[in-house]
Amino acid sequence: MPHTLAEKVWADHVVRSADGEPDLLYIDLHLLHEVTSPQAFDGLRQAGRTVRRPDLTIATEDHNTPTLDIDKPIADPVSRLQIDTLRKNCADFGVRIHPLGDAQQGIVHVVGPQLGLTQPGMTVVCGDSHTSTHGAFGALAFGIGTSEVEHVLATQTLPLKPFKTMAVTVTGELGEGVTAKDVVLAVIAKIGTGGGQGYVLEYRGEAIERLSMEGRMTVCNMSIEAGARAGMIAPDETTFAYLKGRAHAPSGADWDAAVAYWKTLRTDDGAAFDAEVVIDGDALTPYVTWGTNPGQGLPLSASVPDPETDFADEGDKVSARKALEYMGLEAGTPLREIKVDTVFLGSCTNGRLEDLRAAAAVIKGHKVADGVRMLVVPGSARVRLEAEAEGLHEVFLEAGAEWRFAGCSMCLGMNPDQLAPGERSASTSNRNFEGRQGKGGRTHLVSPLVAAATAIRGTLSSPSDLAA
Amino acid sequence: MEKFTTHTGRALPLRRSNVDTDQIIPAVYLKRITRTGFEDGLFAAWRADPEFILNQEQYEGVSILVAGPDFGTGSSREHAVWALKDYGFKVVLSARFADIFRGNSAKDGLLTAVLKQDDIELLWKLLENKPDAEVTVDLEAREVRVEGHVFTFEVDDYTRWRLLEGLDDISLTLRHAEVIDEFETKRPGFKPKTLPAAAA
Repeated sequence: MPHTLAEKVWADHVVRSADGEPDLLYIDLHLLHEVTSPQAFDGLRQAGRTVRRPDLTIATEDHNTPTLDIDKPIADPVSRLQIDTLRKNCADFGVRIHPLGDAQQGIVHVVGPQLGLTQPGMTVVCGDSHTSTHGAFGALAFGIGTSEVEHVLATQTLPLKPFKTMAVTVTGELGEGVTAKDVVLAVIAKIGTGGGQGYVLEYRGEAIERLSMEGRMTVCNMSIEAGARAGMIAPDETTFAYLKGRAHAPSGADWDAAVAYWKTLRTDDGAAFDAEVVIDGDALTPYVTWGTNPGQGLPLSASVPDPETDFADEGDKVSARKALEYMGLEAGTPLREIKVDTVFLGSCTNGRLEDLRAAAAVIKGHKVADGVRMLVVPGSARVRLEAEAEGLHEVFLEAGAEWRFAGCSMCLGMNPDQLAPGERSASTSNRNFEGRQGKGGRTHLVSPLVAAATAIRGTLSSPSDLAA
Repeated sequence: MEKFTTHTGRALPLRRSNVDTDQIIPAVYLKRITRTGFEDGLFAAWRADPEFILNQEQYEGVSILVAGPDFGTGSSREHAVWALKDYGFKVVLSARFADIFRGNSAKDGLLTAVLKQDDIELLWKLLENKPDAEVTVDLEAREVRVEGHVFTFEVDDYTRWRLLEGLDDISLTLRHAEVIDEFETKRPGFKPKTLPAAAA
């Protein structure tokens, strides 16, 4: 019987299966960070349990680490306590950690792939919903809650009910200035924030196959914003080339055995998905969000929608009305005329080297507009070092942007990088929820190219607006 | 984990859909390292508004939340469940829950019961007219009973069984420790290990 990619990876990890019970799934890689792990370690201690497989577990500090003065003690006592707690827990339980200041520190979803720890056909979990990022390698990767973190620490398994599968096919070729971010914002706008619920999305089609690993990670990263448990892309030569030579990628005979296995990880011809969606990649243009959930997005060339006339569904009307009120926007305003105060380039969605390169190429020779602050926060310390080796930091600094240390930063404002009430941002992150980037802050989700062009013009813009 | 069979209490009609976990508890409350005491973070941004329904006197002491569809979307933070539980909520009723939130709830003994949106609307009206109505959520019968009305709800058999028995997940899994041992002997050798750390 033909199977989908997700079904194959699932089947290869079933430890135990019984009628009426969830399958018990083996977990190949468990990523930890400071926010969702302290209570899990506490649970282990209380029950007198150990970490079953420290050698399949790795921790990094990212969510509330500062992006300035990282050599000084963390000023916020609560953040410092969380960081100290993670360090102590890792020491007590024998878990590898990359602390602030370490060359491998960074956002957990940037660190796993760059170390070569994320590989095709694996099961990867983390107490963070954007774990879906790792699906870009053809891994089954999903976010879990703290109780599940404790469960994986104690047993290296998780009881799970099988997911449904959805094929998201992006046909054709993306045009100039259209990126992976625009693809996924268009997908979410099409299927809605609940459209992926219960599904693993498999992205396929020519436009997806042409994406780099970084672009694929951006797409899979935001699967959760469509409500999906995970996103996946079948591994191919692009995947293998990315992995080869990385610190924890297999080598020698192991490499050959691994690649032979990885090549089997494709949805079989004739395999049935529970749902299918097709997006015309040729027709896509840069996308931005106007509202307060990632599904409230439109092409940059559009105008702020009218809640009364542009939505058929009563619920959508209500939520559009609330969104416009919160965002301080008038229906009918062209999106290109929306003025921003802050531009944030970074996050597990768009904080990788390729993203910084793309934005730097746009910004080179320009200045950040008066009254706009631009924060550039590399996804990991390594991305930062590599960017500096290429001189990207100079491009940003010369333009008047701030060049920061690695972390989640303003994506969720758990550290001092926040929007002030009423402040508006163009952000390459993943969530435009009310207050996400700071209480009262207003977020427009954008690609790195749009972020860079917006920083220069001060209003939501794409690089094509700069030529004019 | 405490056993859950039936719960009777007053309920809060929350006429909002797409209530994401950033609204249930903002990220600033996530810095704690304890597992309790998150009640002050529950709906913190909305509660700053004195008019917000949870601030209204007649809904003081509610223990059942009746919410719009797509409750618990967004971040995987389990603190959302803890905040609801610490505040005193035992049950959330909605037409649709986000998957991670639902999984987290089951693990912490918070019942997430799926009702038809029509029934949710009826409950909203009823609770707005009569905030002190006693609502009974009967997990055994999969029923919500209020003022003579009976609404059935959905919850999967396994979650229901675990809640009824008050069983915690890890103990359940560790009953199969030998099966895990055996699985590990068959894992391919090329699968990566984090230890020892390889030079990058």
